Amino acid sequence: MSDLNKAYGPKVGIFITCLVDLLRPSVGFAAVKLLEDAGCQIVVPENQTCCGQPAYNSGVIKDAKDIACLVINEFEKFDYVVAPSGSCAGMIKEHYPRLFADDLEMTARVFRLAKKTYELTSFLADVMNVQDLPTALNAKITYHDSCAGFRELGIKSQPRQLLAQVKGVELKEYDGAETCCGFGGTFCVKYPDISDHMVKESLILLLETDAELVVGGDLGCLMNIQGKLSRQKDEGKRTKLKVRHVAEVLAGMLDNPAIGEGDLDV
Amino acid sequence: MSSSTSAQFKANVKGALGDNHLQKALRGFQTGFVHNRKIAIKRLQEFDDLRDKARDIKNHTIAHMDAYLDIYQQNVEFSGGRVHWAVDGVEACELILGICHTAGAKTVTKGKTMIGEEIAINDYLTKNKITPIETDLGEYIIQLRGEMPSHIIAPASHVSKDQVSEAFKKAHSDLPKGRSLEEPEELLAEARAMLRDKFISADVGITGANFLIAETGSSVIVTNEGNGDLTQTLPKVHIVLASIEKIVPTLEDTTTLLRVLARSATGQEMSSYTTFSTGPRHATDLDGPAEYHVVILDNGRTDMLAGDFSEMLACIRCGACLNHCPVYNAVGGHAYGWVYPGPMGAVLTPGLMGLDGAFHLPQASTLCGKCEDVCPVRIPLPKLLRQWRSQVYNRDLLDWKTKWGIKYWSILAKRPALYHFFVTPKVRLLAWCAKKSGHLKSIPMLKGWTENRNFPAPEGKTFQRLWRERQK
Repeated sequence: MSDLNKAYGPKVGIFITCLVDLLRPSVGFAAVKLLEDAGCQIVVPENQTCCGQPAYNSGVIKDAKDIACLVINEFEKFDYVVAPSGSCAGMIKEHYPRLFADDLEMTARVFRLAKKTYELTSFLADVMNVQDLPTALNAKITYHDSCAGFRELGIKSQPRQLLAQVKGVELKEYDGAETCCGFGGTFCVKYPDISDHMVKESLILLLETDAELVVGGDLGCLMNIQGKLSRQKDEGKRTKLKVRHVAEVLAGMLDNPAIGEGDLDV
Repeated sequence: MSSSTSAQFKANVKGALGDNHLQKALRGFQTGFVHNRKIAIKRLQEFDDLRDKARDIKNHTIAHMDAYLDIYQQNVEFSGGRVHWAVDGVEACELILGICHTAGAKTVTKGKTMIGEEIAINDYLTKNKITPIETDLGEYIIQLRGEMPSHIIAPASHVSKDQVSEAFKKAHSDLPKGRSLEEPEELLAEARAMLRDKFISADVGITGANFLIAETGSSVIVTNEGNGDLTQTLPKVHIVLASIEKIVPTLEDTTTLLRVLARSATGQEMSSYTTFSTGPRHATDLDGPAEYHVVILDNGRTDMLAGDFSEMLACIRCGACLNHCPVYNAVGGHAYGWVYPGPMGAVLTPGLMGLDGAFHLPQASTLCGKCEDVCPVRIPLPKLLRQWRSQVYNRDLLDWKTKWGIKYWSILAKRPALYHFFVTPKVRLLAWCAKKSGHLKSIPMLKGWTENRNFPAPEGKTFQRLWRERQK
């Protein structure tokens, strides 16, 4: 993409999400690369933290609204808002309108923001119509649909369409792709026993495939899956399965270790 | 009302996850209903349109429930039956006992009724020297085992074949000890033989109702064993036990709901028996009871109707949300501690028995949305779970750790400068601790996570810091 085209591309505010910001910034840079390559002008507003979902899902509505206001104020000026997470994009798209349903003044602003907010892969596939990714990776990959992305936003084909453009990737579907891995935000620490049971079930199905890499669009789910996988490896399980965010694969930014894997050269 | 262990949900969960019998039963059970539903829906292209229609019928009925209940009562009385209104479980039990006493009843046969479980009618009748006999095979099994149902349509789905055989050998002590009771057919044959006499000798038959039809004053039961039909036609008194939200305006509406009910529940197009009862035996009828009573229970439902949870009253008790729920599939029904488990139970139970004893149930969900996805009347279950969570928080029922964890995070999330100041160094510290392995085996603040899982380490600097560095 030439610099000239870039200057005319849509202005996209990246909602980086707290998990990517704090735990895996490389996903953020992969998202930036993908969006810039697709011709977008990228802005990362400084005043951003979290979408407010932990408060919202815990029933702390006042705090959720305050956090949402921060996001609305920071992001409503862009042509589009893109987040590398179905869960956080779903919060803005589906739940902000509910949060302000009784606030006439906010309703219009919230709906405008909701309409232009996208999860990364759906934005690349549906809005930017990305057809021709220049990346290559020789690997068998399986995709885990995160619940919010899949069921709230209907994201299913978009990440697969994009992965199919990465030369050398062989996509192997697994039976548990649409079943919750047990992360569930605060759920995984509030009810760790149930969460543990659920992620074990996901791993049984994941390890039935011969995929070398499981990717997904939400860092929370991926950390949960990798965290359990890593513990099972400590306990003697032998597997080569690694875990990455889909943006890393699509952008071809695979130099850093996969999620939860060590950098043995350090 | 029947007693509850919902308040000990966490202990129940530990027990359930460690119960190998239960885990085996759940594993076998999961696949059947889910698989069959999928096939049944594939065969009916208009299924999603029917769901919209079903939702509209139920929501319309909820909005005009008083009027339809009134019409229903008139039509039941017109056909020679009687309607009794019960504010709560105690009143319903007393009404039923009164009818049994008038009929001089000593034994009562029962078809499957979740309302019967809700008001614990069996205990009440037994205390008053009337013997209740469950005739639904699943209910019969759990009655012998002294348990609550673990599923709203498959009450004994947690029981293995061996456990059934054991319960039968203990209960049917006058049968030969060495008899073979290993095959499902043998178990079924024995249950049938035991129940046949009871059907004929019972003085009163109690059934539930899947629907009460206002237009005709009929009650409808949907079963697969035919036991319900014998229960309601053979004794001289038939009592229908139902709750207010079973009301449906017309026969036509009922057929629409029937088309989504069995498909969602078991994956059948129709259940084996769908039986409509209208009043007692009429002069030209070949059989039927001499008396027909309908006991209609409120038990907190009108409060739900008037409040924020009226959408829950659309539930037609198919059990699809249970079958598809990963939490239900992990812990089974008994962990929920009362008669209604799974997502529908997590919304309904706090409404019926109060939030104080049931505050865990709406919390124990990942809000994955599968329940809403499969609900035949499109009840927004995750939304309703969130609403309960909001009440749990407002009424200060949340444990202090969760409450202050959320509070702390919200304080930071509202103030980006504070967030960067406090969180960034912690992230760097975690990254430093895990430099070689890439993960942490134990984090004192995150015990819930690290007890069973490693924690993938942060990369080091935050994205926002790195981005600012890159912009310079």
